[in-house]
Amino acid sequence: MSKLLDLQFLAGHAHYLLFIVLMMTGLFIVVDKTNLVKKIVGLNIFQVSVFMFYVSIGKVTGGTAPIFPMDDKYHVDKEALVGIAYSNPLPHVLILTAIVVGIATTSLGLALIVRIRESFNTIDEEDILHIEQEMTRDDNRKYGNAMGGLA
Amino acid sequence: MADTAVVAEHTLRTFKDHLPVLQVLVPFCTAPLIVLLGSRRLAWPLAFIASATALVISIMLMWEVREGGYVAYTLGGWAPPLGIEYRVDAANAFVLLLISAIGTVVLPYAYISIKDEIKARDHTLMYACWMLCFTGLLGMVVTGDAFNVFVFLEISSLSTYVLVAQGAGRDRRALTAAYDYLIMGTIGATFFVIGLGMLYMATGTLNMADLADRIADQGANRTVRSGFAFIIVGMGLKVAMFPLHLWLPKAYTFAPSAVTVFLSATATKAAIYVVMRFTFSIYNPDFSFTNNTLEIIFAPLAIIAMFSASFVAVFQTNFKRMLAYSSVAQVGYILLGISLLTETGLTAAILHMFNHGITKALLFMGVGAYVLRSGGAFYTQIAGLGRKMPITSGAVVIGGLSLIGVPGTAGFISKWILVQAALERAPDNAMFLAIAVAIVLSSLLAVVYVWRAFEVLFLQEPDPNSTATEAPLMMLVPMWIMAGACIWFGFSTEHLYEFAAQAAQGLLDGSQGMMISTGQGGAH
Repeated sequence: MSKLLDLQFLAGHAHYLLFIVLMMTGLFIVVDKTNLVKKIVGLNIFQVSVFMFYVSIGKVTGGTAPIFPMDDKYHVDKEALVGIAYSNPLPHVLILTAIVVGIATTSLGLALIVRIRESFNTIDEEDILHIEQEMTRDDNRKYGNAMGGLA
Repeated sequence: MADTAVVAEHTLRTFKDHLPVLQVLVPFCTAPLIVLLGSRRLAWPLAFIASATALVISIMLMWEVREGGYVAYTLGGWAPPLGIEYRVDAANAFVLLLISAIGTVVLPYAYISIKDEIKARDHTLMYACWMLCFTGLLGMVVTGDAFNVFVFLEISSLSTYVLVAQGAGRDRRALTAAYDYLIMGTIGATFFVIGLGMLYMATGTLNMADLADRIADQGANRTVRSGFAFIIVGMGLKVAMFPLHLWLPKAYTFAPSAVTVFLSATATKAAIYVVMRFTFSIYNPDFSFTNNTLEIIFAPLAIIAMFSASFVAVFQTNFKRMLAYSSVAQVGYILLGISLLTETGLTAAILHMFNHGITKALLFMGVGAYVLRSGGAFYTQIAGLGRKMPITSGAVVIGGLSLIGVPGTAGFISKWILVQAALERAPDNAMFLAIAVAIVLSSLLAVVYVWRAFEVLFLQEPDPNSTATEAPLMMLVPMWIMAGACIWFGFSTEHLYEFAAQAAQGLLDGSQGMMISTGQGGAH
């Protein structure tokens, strides 16, 4: 704690920093942009940051891809196997599932945007908000006088 | 020799041993079957058969765990913690029963409601999505693997977005409601995954029982704590915990009536179960941070939800939207019960989860019947329908009374136990006396908003041009089954209470509760 900036610590945790930067970028886009497609892009960046987080925590120092080394007859090469370290494949496998989920979410989101474009004729959130406020006002004018306007 | 041993082991497995996985598999296989057959006439019967089968299975599972203990099932025979494990104890069995019972009772009702509200060409896919949503909710509850919860959560969420968007035929705002829900739901689910990643970093396992064990062993560190924060915020979005509830009123208002009935009674309840499982079983309640989170964050938010959402509900001019806001308030009661951290409080939360599920399903079914007969749920459209549709409205009255918590209905029992739980802790801390008063006061707000609906329904003159007639029998029967349940559980409370207390006990035992094996079922 004596040093103000522990460079070695930062370098050792670089992937976490990148994960946080990417995650915040994605979240910011989701919150800030009014274009519905851009929001989906932001959501994708946000999800990808999580994929990278998972992939990075599976890394073992000096570890290689978790595949058995083969000899030229495609049998497991027992000599090359000695002293070999593998990265943890489990987070990678988990994230395959999450990637599939991400694709499904993106395609469903885009499909919804197509339908929104068809019925609202815009994909800008603020325009849609205006249209919806107008619809709510119409509803209130038409149906808002329940109980003699006291409602 | 080894081969024969394996074979022998497999043949020894009876149908009963496979119940936990069949609970999920039956609806899961029905969904593609409906799509592949592509027949509009077969879609509904298939969905109904699958739901009824799931209901039977959940009752059998509940019977097996009624005395405590758990039923474990290892997928593909891979032993936990490496393999995925399904594990049913009192707490899940209870939620499984709620979900499958609601799913089965609502489907006959949905047949007519969906026919009326959705274009005929979409029906087949609609029932397939319904089955997927059902699968996801059951899976979230039945699984004993933390990452599996995420997978099932997304199965249910993705199909929910589709189901909500089906309301677009009546009102195009259903599309934006579904889109908003998709954005918020995905952020929530991704937060949940980040939390799981941190747990995996700290413990190297994803099996819930193993996680509980290892967290209890190594104690808290910053990774485990931040994982907890991510999981609670992520699931909080799905639960519609107070400041994260913004998707709920819009989605419930514009979704097709039958979908709203199903979602209001099951979707938030499954998410609440996950919150309970994580806060109590996986993270021990003894951890100071769990206590702090529950008492300093959950309790105030729950009370704010109880008042603010009820207050907003009072001023709605649409019956369906009013009930949606009331749902946010009712989630507040459940979270309050959890945050009391006592067995009574948790029992109240579990009971209220069940009672609110049947009550809200009944009320939304009433709304759907009014929409079918008068074209909308605005108060001016349903004015005076109490006289034209007396049988429907009778059921709605029972639901409304149960929502308020009038003695003799299910809603009273859980609120009463909740007040008792708050008073139980009052001697140590005067704050809890205030909480007990808050529960009663916010119920008075419920009186106001339910009374407004009653006044519109019964005391106003019906529109002279209205052609509304009584709802068809296929809608009335599910409604009166729910109404009967509301009254039945208002009088005959022992069995339900004992079972909820058993579930609460299991959850409060924390990580210990996950490890106890009483020999019932046991790992195969």
